[in-house]
Amino acid sequence: MLLIDCPHCGARDETEFACGGEAHIARPLAENTISDAEFAEYLFWRDNPKGVFLERWCHTAGCRRWFNAARDTVTHEFIEIYAMGSLPKSKAAKDAYASAWRRQTASEKAAKPAQKTSGKGAKS
Amino acid sequence: MAESPDRGARRLPGGKPKYSVFSLMRNARRYHQDWQQAWRSPEPKKSYDAIIIGGGGHGLATAYYLAAVHRITNIAVIEKGWLGGGNTGRNTTIIRSNYMWDESAAIYDHALKLWEGLTQDLNFNLMFSQRGVLTIAHSWHELREMSRRVHAIRLNGIDSDILTPDQIKKLVPIINIDQSIRYPVMGGFLQRRGGTARHDAVAWGYARAADDLGVDIIQNCEVTGLRRKGNRIEGVETTKGFIKSPKVGCVVAGHCSVLGDMADIRLPIASRPLQALVSEPIKPELDTVIMSNAVHMYISQSDKGEMVLGAGVDKYNSYAQRGSFPVPEHMIAAAVELFPILSRLRMLRHWGGIVDTCPDASPILSKTDVKGLYFNCGWGTGGFKATPGSGHVFADLIANDRPNSIAAPYALDRFQTGLLIDEHGAAGVAH
Ligand SMILES: Cc1cc2nc3c(=O)[nH]c(=O)nc-3n(C[C@H](O)[C@H](O)[C@H](O)COP(=O)(O)OP(=O)(O)OC[C@H]3O[C@@H](n4cnc5c(N)ncnc54)[C@H](O)[C@@H]3O)c2cc1C
Ligand SMILES: [Zn+2]
Repeated sequence: MLLIDCPHCGARDETEFACGGEAHIARPLAENTISDAEFAEYLFWRDNPKGVFLERWCHTAGCRRWFNAARDTVTHEFIEIYAMGSLPKSKAAKDAYASAWRRQTASEKAAKPAQKTSGKGAKS
Repeated sequence: MAESPDRGARRLPGGKPKYSVFSLMRNARRYHQDWQQAWRSPEPKKSYDAIIIGGGGHGLATAYYLAAVHRITNIAVIEKGWLGGGNTGRNTTIIRSNYMWDESAAIYDHALKLWEGLTQDLNFNLMFSQRGVLTIAHSWHELREMSRRVHAIRLNGIDSDILTPDQIKKLVPIINIDQSIRYPVMGGFLQRRGGTARHDAVAWGYARAADDLGVDIIQNCEVTGLRRKGNRIEGVETTKGFIKSPKVGCVVAGHCSVLGDMADIRLPIASRPLQALVSEPIKPELDTVIMSNAVHMYISQSDKGEMVLGAGVDKYNSYAQRGSFPVPEHMIAAAVELFPILSRLRMLRHWGGIVDTCPDASPILSKTDVKGLYFNCGWGTGGFKATPGSGHVFADLIANDRPNSIAAPYALDRFQTGLLIDEHGAAGVAH
């Protein structure tokens, strides 16, 4: 049984939590057109590492708030728990974030606003 | 279909003497001291025509059919641990083909038909027992959904019958059909051709038959890298060195994403623990397999007398081959309510396996963007039943570098086209 340290309520049994799977999957913005294959990266392709995994949890039977965690999928050790919308700070989790293949995907790039073309003729 | 070896012959096609009542008597006279070796343990050659990674049932079946049907015999099966030490040797061995969609009916019933002759084909007693698989419903809604499913299954020519609670009680006297329990038995459906088989024997039977045809089975050898040259596979890096091959099939279940990452192949898989346990052995009590999707429980009695119980899948990713305690606890509560006699039994063993769950609860049998690299995975909680069918069509895919009509719907590109084969209704739990 895992003891999970909810950032809002403290340590509780895992039965109070739901696991939301891979964290940091950004939805491509509608203004960016990407192919079906690239959209599949967002919708279906999942990071599934043997080792440090960045994932989301929700304290469903408690405060019902979401948070992120870096957990080792071999030892089940929670390396770091950090807020939704933020990035991890520990070295192991930072490395896992930076080296994830998802960082290089077209779908993740398309989650940022499109670059506005600001040539001289743009205004006239 | 596989070409059946000559069942009357005294030797396997490759020359190994067959197991028979006579070989048993002969060996009894020698105090069972010099039984034939079931398979060799060779050192890997420098190169092969095809390499199969993963010595579970699916990988060994693939190698066997490559050799037996496609006559490709210069093959190695590379296994990091021991044969069947993955999910093949950890599963609750339920076999059935009553899935809803046409694509699923095609592959699971193909497998079931192969199971029916497999003990003879492999000359290995798989203890295949068509004792019937009964799935029970606990609400009117579930029962109605079940009859819709049963009609779809029957349209595909697969046997399936709805039973009333009284008929269920007759079939399974130890079940509690009292309507006052939390999840009462409202009815169920039965596939009489379904049943169980001995899991280890499946791995060993395929291994022996493949070895007989010249396949090298290499255990205790882990694949640590997939070497590719541009868009082509060149071979595999292993703990016993580099082995060259123009064709590599990955059949590693829970480790498929790890192998995928080695070749920059992305998969939609999440690896999760699935747990099971057995009770102490008791007298024969239960000669049907019973499953319940609603309460996440399935049960059968092994030939040794143990009650074999399986649970639902754990909720977070893991490679630890052990799960969380609340999962089997929940399953045991449900089992005891349905079968009150279980409350007195002690647990003998409990374990977990890492299953490769796929978003549509259907497997992946596919070519990849790397030429010569193939994946067979995503069977998740329910691939044991498919072992012969999976190996048979995957061997065909590797041999011909194109999927046949059974394998085609299971290609990876379904996650781009959206042509998913949603079998959560049939496979949502674990069986
Ligand atoms: C508890 C439990 C109950 C189940 N119950 C049922 C059931 O009742 N009915 C049913 O149909 N299915 C069931 N299943 C699912 C079924 O067991 C699997 O789908 C099926 O056995 C998968 O077979 P496989 O050969 O693909 O995988 P495995 O048997 O897991 O074989 C994969 C092999 O690959 C090896 N490997 C991994 N990485 C490497 C590497 N880098 N190099 C070399 N080798 C490697 C592993 O060691 C392993 O031996 C259950 C599973 C579990 C865990
Ligand atoms: Zn909380």
